[in-house]
Amino acid sequence: MEFTLDLNTIWFILIGVLLAGYAILDGFDLGVGAFYLLVKDDKDRRVILNSIGPVWDGNEVWLVTGGGALFAAFPDVYATVFSGFYTAFMFLLFVLIFRAVAIEFRSKQQMKWWRKWWDISFSVSSILIAFLMGVALGNIITGIPLGADKEFAGSFFDLLNPYSILVGVTTVALFIMHGTIYATMKTEGELQNKIRTWVNNSIIFFVMMYAVLTTTTLIYYPHMSEHFIGEPFLYVVALLNMLAIANIPREIHHGKEFLAFLSSGFSILTLFILFAIGIFPNIVISNPNPEYSLTIYNAASSQTTLNIMLIIAAIGVPFVLAYTFTIYWVFRGKVKIDSTSY
Amino acid sequence: MDVEILSRLQFAITIAFHYIYPPLSIGIGVLLVIMEGLFLKTKNPEYEKLTRFWVKIFALIFAVGVATGIVMEFEFGTNWATYSRYVGDIFGSALAAEGIFAFFLESGFLAILVFGWNKVGPKVHFLSTIMVSLGSMLSAVWIVVANSWQQTPAGFHIVGEGLNARAEVTNFWDMIFNPSSVDRLLHVLSGAWLAGAFFVLSVSAFYLIKKRHIELSQKAIKIALTLAVLASLFQLFTGDRSAIGVSENQPAKLAAYEAHFDSLAPAPMYLFGWVDEHNQEVKFSVAIPKLLSILISGNPDYKVKGLNYFKPEDKPPVNIVFQSYHFMVAIGFALITISLLGLLFWWRGSLFKKKWYLYILVFSVLLPQIANQLGWISAEVGRQPWIVYGLLRTSEALSKAVEANQVLFSLILFIIIYALLFVLFIYLLNEKIKAGPEEIDKSSMVYGHQKHVIGSD
Ligand code: HDD
Ligand code: HEM
Ligand code: HEM
Repeated sequence: MEFTLDLNTIWFILIGVLLAGYAILDGFDLGVGAFYLLVKDDKDRRVILNSIGPVWDGNEVWLVTGGGALFAAFPDVYATVFSGFYTAFMFLLFVLIFRAVAIEFRSKQQMKWWRKWWDISFSVSSILIAFLMGVALGNIITGIPLGADKEFAGSFFDLLNPYSILVGVTTVALFIMHGTIYATMKTEGELQNKIRTWVNNSIIFFVMMYAVLTTTTLIYYPHMSEHFIGEPFLYVVALLNMLAIANIPREIHHGKEFLAFLSSGFSILTLFILFAIGIFPNIVISNPNPEYSLTIYNAASSQTTLNIMLIIAAIGVPFVLAYTFTIYWVFRGKVKIDSTSY
Repeated sequence: MDVEILSRLQFAITIAFHYIYPPLSIGIGVLLVIMEGLFLKTKNPEYEKLTRFWVKIFALIFAVGVATGIVMEFEFGTNWATYSRYVGDIFGSALAAEGIFAFFLESGFLAILVFGWNKVGPKVHFLSTIMVSLGSMLSAVWIVVANSWQQTPAGFHIVGEGLNARAEVTNFWDMIFNPSSVDRLLHVLSGAWLAGAFFVLSVSAFYLIKKRHIELSQKAIKIALTLAVLASLFQLFTGDRSAIGVSENQPAKLAAYEAHFDSLAPAPMYLFGWVDEHNQEVKFSVAIPKLLSILISGNPDYKVKGLNYFKPEDKPPVNIVFQSYHFMVAIGFALITISLLGLLFWWRGSLFKKKWYLYILVFSVLLPQIANQLGWISAEVGRQPWIVYGLLRTSEALSKAVEANQVLFSLILFIIIYALLFVLFIYLLNEKIKAGPEEIDKSSMVYGHQKHVIGSD
């Protein structure tokens, strides 16, 4: 593999970082939403909701910024993917809207039906968001039909192929695992004990899905592992990924939820890296007609823009990290429902 | 209906709906800073109550703003793919900068603003309020810069030809400070301050009429009225600057604003009228002679280009632009009148005794909202048929991979969901206003009103 650290590659990495950051951060609050309906008691539900209350919006900004950065750095990818996946994307936007308002509206009224409706909205939309993002990722791996004009040439139903659905379900499993771990960190007493049992189940669920997905990918989509041939150091990433996943049940067992959470965050990061190595230097693979693939070169903005954006990022990112740490620090510890809560 | 009409409708509806909320956040954000600042300075608990009450309302508005904003972020890609390819090099960086500089700031400190009362000290809390307010104004900065670039492109060159042509940055600062961005940004910001100020005025006047929360509402009215006076005058100033800018940079748009078909020197200015585009005349109109020439150049004999000067395919629709522009300006003067009248009564000490005036304040909340929407309609429809002025036509900017039935489907769903959202928003807002600020101290000191509203335990 040819590898030079030019501006295009840097932007490929930076957008990867934004999206991985999104997956790690919003991943746990989507995961919390996914198992939320299993929590029955209204007070417990409020604890769960408030565990993500102060942070979910900031987490979502990683997606928004990732989208903006994609637009700026690789406008052709932004244009092709979002117009090509139009209907799927509209669904995603609708569930994103419902989820955002469900969190805000839910506890504002006492009525049973009101809370029930928003609880279901919150949970179903969390699952669908995770699933749809997985499906999108799956389609990037399988490749989508592109024309010489860089436009998507398939249909909505092409996108719902079995492999992509598999990636979708695996993503849901991954986020549920991530979310349950986060929730054990934020809860105490009986609720925590209950969630702890779900952690174990969700780890099993995820590991199963992961094994199936990895095998399928290796067999059917060999291009995803092409770069690993002859580059033994890349195996380190795969190895770290396995270790991180294996470490999760160990930490849970020892009652070290925070370390378990870091581990599962790290496993998401390494999964992303594996994915990125797999597709590099393509961003959207064209299938059939691989010559029409959108790469980090033919889909990029001008070097001037990539440069300017790098300066913007260099100024902005330290601030972003500072706010993120501050917020998580201020709201650390177990959730206590008080009068300011949802 | 074809993809073009549907996509334009969808864009217009989704952005117009989004634009109900950000101006309120921006405007109320400024007032929150003042309220909390006064609390820290005077230690008067009334100000704390006031701040906490408005934070609660702010959070609700903000949530809907966020939910609808995410749609906007991706709609350029979904519906305007060709446009996105054409301008990505320029437009994209503004959107990305908005995320990095504004949204992270806002969403992060919002958490402390809303949930952090018991977690941080008063000074840190105040700092968070300032940061949220700053963040909301910064998002306006970047998005308005992006939009201004598509009105008055600068700092770029065109690379490639035909289908592969696109705009690339040559000078970043020229692009940011394109000919219209500063004037328009200031105008947008003061429009947002007006939206916030009149919202607070309306709710507070309502309380006074109902004889509830008297002391608190009087304080709120004084703060908000001060902002309203300043912002409404500033609005006229920046609006005038924008109009001069339009006459220089987008003469076809100015001709549509004023429905001038033939180039005239001197050019009159219509106060109102109904444009008959077919016969090229303005019916039922009242016009002030020479005024347009004077306003634009200071010279009464200045020649203003009329619509017939431009090729037929380069002309915007006239009547809708004329009407929305004139209504906006009329509302601008109405807001100035209301604000100055309030100032006069305040000075005379009769502000809170004039029932009829309080009623005007209650209903005036709609005016800035309407003017904000009308202003965008003038600016955006007046830009037609161009999506990037003089460079790319709206009809050429669509997504090629998207079909009409797909857009129809999403458009219908947006309408349904947004209607639902709007009803719920108004309902919850109404509940919060009915509950009012006083309940705070009845239940507990710290943010106790939420207990009432949320109905915990
Ligand atoms: C409270 C809202 C409000 C009020 C009272 C006014 N405006 Fe406005 N106007 C806006 C809110 C607004 C806006 C929504 O912020 C717009 C839309 C696009 C823009 O840049 O600002 C706008 C656009 C806009 C434009 C078009 C700029 C362009 O096409 O690029 C002009 C010429 C004016 N305004 C002029 C005025 C004048 C002379 C007013 C008299 C006082 C006035 N506006 C009141
Ligand atoms: C926030 C308030 C805004 C409102 C109410 C608004 C309103 C509108 C309206 C009514 C149209 C349709 C014009 C037509 O079909 O004739 C439109 C189109 C459009 N506007 Fe805006 N706009 C707003 C802000 C923006 C901003 C901030 C941007 C860019 C950053 C933008 C970019 C566009 C684009 C790309 C179109 C589609 C092409 C077109 O029909 O012109 N708008 N907008
Ligand atoms: C087409 C153009 C626009 C896009 C792409 C856009 C995008 C967004 C996005 C993605 C969010 C959510 C951020 C989050 O998750 O925290 C948002 C919220 C916001 N937007 Fe927009 N926006 C547009 C138009 C505008 C305009 C014209 C203004 C102001 C003049 C504005 C001001 C804000 C503000 C202040 C917020 C914070 C939420 C709120 O205050 O309601 N936006 N926008």
